[in-house]
Amino acid sequence: MENLQITNTTRYDKLIANAETHEMIINIGPQHPSTHGVLRLEVITDGEVVKEVIPHMGYLHRCFEKHAENLSYQQSIPFVDRMDYLASMNNSHAWVMGVERMLGIDKEIPKRIEYIRVLVCELNRIASHLVALGTYGIDIGAFTPFLWCFRDREHIMNMLEWASGSRLLYNYIWVGGLYYDLPVGFEERCKEFVDYFKPKMTELNALLTDNQIFIARTANVGVLPLDVAINYGCSGPMLRASGLKWDLRRIDEYSAYPELEFDIPVGKGNMGTTGDCWDRFKVRIDEIEQSTRIIEQCLERLQKDLKRTPDFDPRAKMPKKITPKAQDFYIRAENPRGELGYYFVTDGKSEIPKRVKARAPSFHNLSVISEISRGVLIADLIAIIGSIDIVLGEVDR
Amino acid sequence: MSVEEIKELLIIKFGSEVILKEEVSGLQPALIIQADMIAAVCQELRDNEKTYFDLLACLTGIDYGIDENMFGVVYHLASIPFKTQLTLKVIKYYDRNTSQLPSFPSVAEVWRTAEWHEREAFDLVGIRFENHPDLRRILLPDDWDGYPLRKDYQAQEYYRGIKVD
Repeated sequence: MENLQITNTTRYDKLIANAETHEMIINIGPQHPSTHGVLRLEVITDGEVVKEVIPHMGYLHRCFEKHAENLSYQQSIPFVDRMDYLASMNNSHAWVMGVERMLGIDKEIPKRIEYIRVLVCELNRIASHLVALGTYGIDIGAFTPFLWCFRDREHIMNMLEWASGSRLLYNYIWVGGLYYDLPVGFEERCKEFVDYFKPKMTELNALLTDNQIFIARTANVGVLPLDVAINYGCSGPMLRASGLKWDLRRIDEYSAYPELEFDIPVGKGNMGTTGDCWDRFKVRIDEIEQSTRIIEQCLERLQKDLKRTPDFDPRAKMPKKITPKAQDFYIRAENPRGELGYYFVTDGKSEIPKRVKARAPSFHNLSVISEISRGVLIADLIAIIGSIDIVLGEVDR
Repeated sequence: MSVEEIKELLIIKFGSEVILKEEVSGLQPALIIQADMIAAVCQELRDNEKTYFDLLACLTGIDYGIDENMFGVVYHLASIPFKTQLTLKVIKYYDRNTSQLPSFPSVAEVWRTAEWHEREAFDLVGIRFENHPDLRRILLPDDWDGYPLRKDYQAQEYYRGIKVD
């Protein structure tokens, strides 16, 4: 009887049952600012030292996959926006690309639309990284960078609101086109923003990135070796900080990215070991710089050969009825947090998919946390959570 | 390596019965693998230096519908050094009237990514994974009834005294 019980118990039950008397089990979250949302971490500690971390998710589960089985592809876009609510544009871009490829119209999308999509996605990537960097400063105890990051993010929010009508959840990129063309004067204002924003990054680097206190808190903390990162499916800045040049914008060459010049920053271990918290932070800083480069190139094209014409209709290629033929299709795209994938199963008859699965980058990045935070101090655990940059809307879907 | 070459490689290693079917009509070809052998096939595809699928991008549990009465798991593999992708599928017939869950071998030993994905498939679709180290619900509460992504799912009326809408 006893044997039978042991084979039926999960690793979680064993961990809790085998905790020793001098060890303590404490809960961090779900309502705690440093968990970046509603994440509960059950931590087994020996004094200040973390023995084991067990994440519990699901507090923000909104049944995205079930909803998607009852809605048409176009109607799902607002739901998709709400997954990673800090990078709505990137989410809907990936979704729309998947549907367009299934329909076979991805080659017919006008160049201007592709460039506008890339432009708003990169703006959103900067906004998303600014939140990650600013809140990470707060986790570590630096308050000023947070205010600076949110001040600059506000300009992006205002611009995207101007284009789409809402500040955070845009519903701007549609299957076969866009909701609206960019408003008149957007390109000029965006250019002004880029010129304003570039020196601000230098200031942020002086204040936080090269700050000795910040480096002491993050260098050599939470080192993620490359093989572990790949085995756990980590992607995005998390994987690149471990030293691998893996960016789906270059691997898959989707949308307008093959025509744009940008580098892929990787972690080099400048302040400690490759793949530590500082490297993850630095990769995001460098990515903002690269995104700014992409935006400048997009603006140049949009103001010259792809200029707005009076008869340009961003909804011209929109299909009246979206019924892909019966097939399975997996689309992946580079989100600010990593590889975002959608897996569609369609039956070829109806306008709603039979099954949709969302592969959320934060879900994978979070799964590695118990591996890299064994034996660290509790204060370092907070530094590790912040450096992963999770969005719980996407983990729980 | 192309899908044809991978197919040959698997047949040489495991015999011709390992691949039940091949789907080539869609944009992404898929191999349907015999369900009992999926863990060994995945291990081989990851370790073989000609294929080297070191990343499990996605794992999906599917209920194929009430009429078909089939349950399946889809694996999306990616190889970082070769920049290739591959789709594997396993499918089983399942009688909905039994109390046992449909069951597939776990690949959590091959890629640690699979651990949480299989927990999610267990949680939402109700698929059991043999030899999984930590098979618990992941997104829903532990005492939730039923598996929401099944096609015949009926939500419970009350959960701990709260009306479920």
